[in-house]
Amino acid sequence: MITPQTMLVSLKEVGSTVLYLLAAAALIEVILYLVLVKWLKYKYAFAFMLMAPAIVGLFFLIIYPLLWELRLSFTNMSLRAFRDPDFIGLTNYIKVFTEPVLKQKYFFPLLGQTVVWTVINIFFHVTGGLALAMLLNRNMKGRGIYRTILILPWAIPQVIAVLAWRGEFNYTYGYFNVLLQAIGLQPIQWMTNPTANFAAMCITNIWLGIPFMMVTLLGGLQSINSEYYEAAEMDGASGWQKFKSITYPLLQPVLTPAVLLGTFWTFNNFNVPFFINQNELESSDILVTGLFRAAFQYNRYGFAAAFAFVIFALLLIFTIFYMRYTKTLKGDAQS
Amino acid sequence: MSSTTLQSTKPKRKRSFFRSGKGDSPFKRLVIHILLIIACVGSLYPILRIFAISLRPGDRLLSTDLSLIPPDATFESYRIILLEKPFLTWIWNSLMITVATALLGVVLAASAAYAFSRWKFPGRGAGLIFLMATQMIPASMLMIPLYILAIRLNLVGTYRGLVLAYCVTSIPFSTWILKGYYDTIPIDLEEAARIDGATQLQTFLKIMIPLSTPALAITFLFNFTSAWNEYMLARIILGSKEELMTWPLGLQRLQGQFQTQWGQFSAASIIVTVPVVLLFLYSSKYLLSGLTLGGVKG
Repeated sequence: MITPQTMLVSLKEVGSTVLYLLAAAALIEVILYLVLVKWLKYKYAFAFMLMAPAIVGLFFLIIYPLLWELRLSFTNMSLRAFRDPDFIGLTNYIKVFTEPVLKQKYFFPLLGQTVVWTVINIFFHVTGGLALAMLLNRNMKGRGIYRTILILPWAIPQVIAVLAWRGEFNYTYGYFNVLLQAIGLQPIQWMTNPTANFAAMCITNIWLGIPFMMVTLLGGLQSINSEYYEAAEMDGASGWQKFKSITYPLLQPVLTPAVLLGTFWTFNNFNVPFFINQNELESSDILVTGLFRAAFQYNRYGFAAAFAFVIFALLLIFTIFYMRYTKTLKGDAQS
Repeated sequence: MSSTTLQSTKPKRKRSFFRSGKGDSPFKRLVIHILLIIACVGSLYPILRIFAISLRPGDRLLSTDLSLIPPDATFESYRIILLEKPFLTWIWNSLMITVATALLGVVLAASAAYAFSRWKFPGRGAGLIFLMATQMIPASMLMIPLYILAIRLNLVGTYRGLVLAYCVTSIPFSTWILKGYYDTIPIDLEEAARIDGATQLQTFLKIMIPLSTPALAITFLFNFTSAWNEYMLARIILGSKEELMTWPLGLQRLQGQFQTQWGQFSAASIIVTVPVVLLFLYSSKYLLSGLTLGGVKG
């Protein structure tokens, strides 16, 4: 049921928030105009005026909370000590590595699990996406229809997809077990067996992630000039040689950022592990769901903050190495 | 359509149809079609299953039946979810929040990206690296301070904080995509406009914005879908008030009691999914250009 009253409540609240935001943005622009343009006559005044609302927003919702969280990570804030937590130095950071971060799980097994999860998923996303992109990258009947259908896992809301997959892993009624029984095998305890639960997470996430890679790589394949292939064919190159010497290197500019983004998304994927594993198996947690559990289930805020910065540092190190290795973004960011 | 006729009628369209079927034997084509059909079944079947379950009558919700349209199909689940549950309120709430934040997010990112694309102001490199670095922040990392700050600022149980957070968190990714797209637009047009006496603001609004429609559309779509599907922040900020819930919260509640409400869950899923998928497919013609250009550039 929906009533005009409930509709009005959200309309009023969202609308007033938007108005406040617009007013704040206008105020910022006026001040900047007066200071930068009228007073300082600054060369980059317009550029900074364009960026100002975004910078202010990012400051208050990302930079300030992160700095605040950094301070929090040196305290023992929890549900018990919420109002006035004590400053306890590096204790939380030491605890992350020496004590279980969840009830039983230690940090390094959790990290290992996350790495395995990321590698498995990215491997299947890239190979699956590339295979489909190469199949689609030709003149053929029904190309548009195939593409549309293959994009669907990306298009449908992730929460729904994951919850629906969770239903399909049901012991009695999910189609995996129905199919297994139909061919005479034992059904699998998807929700309670740790290995099976992890496999269920991977299956779901691979299904979800292939379309993004397919679309991105298809775009990359289409931008490769066909003359390279014609020349290679004249020289009698085999299919594999053409792939290795033409397709793969020329796909790099598209593949590298896509893999980088995909790695972040998978490493930080919350929905899939969280919703598939509602049975509270700690063994299926990856770092980010472990972090959520430490913060919002066990309510150890100070500890969770330290845990979060450890995860962030890992990702930062990975990115720096990856960027050094591939040289992407480099020229652009330094110019 | 045989490959030879196509070659003879459209010899010049080789950019998108390069290596067009001329090397493919009929057998190879058959294998390709079979592989693609298998992939399509794999991608479609789980979605069709949701539809199948939504049509089942209440006494047969749990069944090992794998057929796609059950023999005694009924729309009972749809009636219950639409008329007896606060489902439409959830959708309305989500729609309000999502449209507002997606629009604001695109405006913020479009202007910031223009500055990054056209001016070499001091701090530009650091700014770009910062934007990329924000993509590494695990969502649950920001949840902790946002949650505690929301409690302290009395924003729990209201949309204020949620709208603000959704607008801002989408900025970095959108800025990258839009900057990549702007970089591909030659600067000559703007210079010509400036010579004709247009101000910087007019140049941006009258020249850049219309030229970057595909990228703006894809950015809007990205912002829209990420806010529309967001669960975690909504859960910790909105709490458990049923009339304030967005649809992912409500749907998760339906599935919480898995045994009893599976049919309603599926019906609700179909209702939520169809418009999103249509929007997505409609804009998918922009997907390729918007995404890959942004991707190639950075």
